[in-house]
Amino acid sequence: MSANVNTSLPLEYQTEQSRMNILGFWIFLGAEIVLFATLFSVYGVLYKNYAGGPTHQDIFMMKEVMIQTVLLLTSSFTMGVAIWEMRRNNKKGLIGWFILTLLLGAGFLFMEINEFIHYIHEGATMQTSAFLSSLFVLLGTHGAHVTFGIFWATMVIIQIAKRGLTPVTARKTFIIGLYWHFLDVVWIFIFTFVYLKGMVL
Amino acid sequence: MEVTIVGIKWDEILITGDPIILGSQIAILLTSLGIIGGLTYLKKWKWLWREWITTVDHKRIGIMYIVAAVLMFFRGGMDGLMMKAQTARPEMSILDSQHYNEVFTAHGVIMILFMAMPFLIGLMNVVIPLQIGARDVAFPQLNALSFWLFFSGAMLFNIAFVVGGAPDAGWTSYFPLAGKEFSPGIGNNYYAISLQIAGLGTLMTGINFIVTILKMRTKGMTLMRMPMFTWTTLITSVIIVAAFPIFTVALALMTFDRLYGTHFFTVAAGGSDMLWANLFWLWGHPEVYIVILPAFGMFSEIISTFSRKQLYGYKSMVVSIVAIAVLSMLVWVHHFYTMGSGALVNSFFSITTMMIAVPTGVKMFNWLFTMRKGRIKMTTAMLWSLAFVPNFVIGGVTGVMLAMGAADYQYHNTLFLVAHFHYVLIPGVVFAVFAGLYYWWPKMFGFMLNEKLGKWHFWLFVIGFNVTFMPMFFLGLNGAVRRAYTYSAESGFAPLFMLSAVGSVILAAGFAVFCYNIYWSIRYADRNISSDPWDARTLEWATSSPVQHYNFAKLPEVKSLDAFWYMKKNNEGITLKDEEIEEIHMPSNSGLPFLMCVAFGIVGFFLIFEWHLLAAVSTVLIIAGLIYRSFDYNDGYHIHKDEIRKTESTWKKMEGKVNNHVS
Repeated sequence: MSANVNTSLPLEYQTEQSRMNILGFWIFLGAEIVLFATLFSVYGVLYKNYAGGPTHQDIFMMKEVMIQTVLLLTSSFTMGVAIWEMRRNNKKGLIGWFILTLLLGAGFLFMEINEFIHYIHEGATMQTSAFLSSLFVLLGTHGAHVTFGIFWATMVIIQIAKRGLTPVTARKTFIIGLYWHFLDVVWIFIFTFVYLKGMVL
Repeated sequence: MEVTIVGIKWDEILITGDPIILGSQIAILLTSLGIIGGLTYLKKWKWLWREWITTVDHKRIGIMYIVAAVLMFFRGGMDGLMMKAQTARPEMSILDSQHYNEVFTAHGVIMILFMAMPFLIGLMNVVIPLQIGARDVAFPQLNALSFWLFFSGAMLFNIAFVVGGAPDAGWTSYFPLAGKEFSPGIGNNYYAISLQIAGLGTLMTGINFIVTILKMRTKGMTLMRMPMFTWTTLITSVIIVAAFPIFTVALALMTFDRLYGTHFFTVAAGGSDMLWANLFWLWGHPEVYIVILPAFGMFSEIISTFSRKQLYGYKSMVVSIVAIAVLSMLVWVHHFYTMGSGALVNSFFSITTMMIAVPTGVKMFNWLFTMRKGRIKMTTAMLWSLAFVPNFVIGGVTGVMLAMGAADYQYHNTLFLVAHFHYVLIPGVVFAVFAGLYYWWPKMFGFMLNEKLGKWHFWLFVIGFNVTFMPMFFLGLNGAVRRAYTYSAESGFAPLFMLSAVGSVILAAGFAVFCYNIYWSIRYADRNISSDPWDARTLEWATSSPVQHYNFAKLPEVKSLDAFWYMKKNNEGITLKDEEIEEIHMPSNSGLPFLMCVAFGIVGFFLIFEWHLLAAVSTVLIIAGLIYRSFDYNDGYHIHKDEIRKTESTWKKMEGKVNNHVS
């Protein structure tokens, strides 16, 4: 299992176990796509069922959403730079860019929580209407993923700091990279189909 | 008297007042005490922890799945018998309507999710790594976690009827009935939470097996040289990954609706109850194929072995299972034609549904042609496979009848449907797991199940099954509805219901013989058997029985389909030379999966009882487990050459004295 080491490949792909973990994670992301697709279709069915409560135009704050979007998209870029530093075997650079990524993610999260608080002040809670139920659960699931990602990545940063760049830490970093970019892609869909569509239609 | 301390109604936790449930409570208590006492008396706690609970060995995990599945079979079977007793005569009062609702809900959920699934996943665990010539699955510890999450969910679901109240909205739990408005108790929380936990485990199994099969096949085993059971497991795993997240979402939304007052499926505030039906069946129909495809794979292996021929039409078999997998995603609306989606939508789903009969028919003919001109051996495993063919065809043909949207308005919600899916699931899945168990039992334990008792088991079960479910087709056509706890004498249903009840007793007798067979074989069966007692064709038979924990001293090389058969015929790669022995790397045991099972169980229990603060606090347990796992760098261990040499010499020596166990 641990045998079959191929040093011509990038560090995170060198052992057979790492290759399997990365493939397994891709398949897991496939499951995540189905999960978010289901949430999107639930939203697609319920998004006009306001039940007399607030509508999209009543509650959305496009400026804040734009800032969230910029924060998260930038964090995807810095994550890419972090992986690039890992490929150059630059541990310091990797950790620096990695931490910056998480700070941007935390900024996004802070904005999103504020957004939720604002909604609730406006009288738009999860219990108000089917539209708001589906909105909160879709956004909340994405936000929960970002939160989970930040904690998970923190664990991995500690491991890189302690153990340096090994096939195992490199693989863990790479997998979080995949996860982080995936969350970005989901956000692009949320931005388009929830916010833009909600404001235009 | 209502006792409330810290917002918890303590007097409502244990269900009281019903003699059947009181009996169950006493039985559960005594059984638990018996197990604890027995383990303590025999000083087996340490053994249990070290050899089983912490194991990451795919074969042991498989055996644990199977043990759990047999127990769940018993539980679900008892529920079935209770329903049959209640409907044996008109206006019976063994169960009241509420209790009857709880019983058919439990029967459905347990039989599909806690019996069929773990039984199949158990056999997959035991067999697949061996069939592809690997030493374990891709992620052994994740595999253990899958099992323990399933176990956690199953146990939570099973205590429902004695602690807090059982779910009672059917295994489909349609809204609005399953919502808080019409089911205010906590019963349906059990459904939402325990299936969620078990479902997570299943999803991980799916990912694990895809990676295992794609990446860990031994040298020379190309995709088109994989045994059919491996193929079906691969495709099943793909369906699991594609379908289970839908169920995850559906159950999560159900939980939100019930616990936090959202409006996904409610009638009020813009919710849509039909959304639940769609999401449920978007998972639920692929789920049917998740349980049937591995069963098809097992029948393929068994029919090929005991016809002593290569599987007929191997390539068309592969194409068929892929086609079935694709179509399985496109038929979900046929479960609710009567909801009125309109003629066009119903027609579309009628056509896709009927199309499934085509690849399934191809498979049927392939099995028949495999047997043609074969030298068939009538072993118990083969008998199950033979009985599967005609019985499953009855289920399939009535399925095509039900597929017709217009005609379905006549059959919908009647016992005709109930008879149909029992004719698919029992010959399809139950016959398969019995066949698989008889077939692979020697591989798991090193001795066989008794063939004579096996035949009693077979005949009683098959006859009982037909007597139970055949009358239900006619009852259904006469208008008897499903899920009704009683009927009037004037309906004229009484004789057929009585016949059906008699059949269920024969069925139960068959199951009893099966249990006795396990007991008999453990005590008396001959231990001195060959590692290849059936003269089989695939790689799992190329190693010892029971299989040593590293599976293969030297990984086999595959040169054709039916690799082991080829090795035997050409006498290649069977012997092991001393210089070929190398140290083998294996993963270490871990107690973490079991502890995660406990943690998920605790969090789940608190959520079910809607004790939100306790649930939130105990989530720390799960997080602690995840953190521990992240920092866990245990890299496994190596097995020494001497140990391998010793193990290998014991079983290879025994090959000389093979007894004939087949006849």
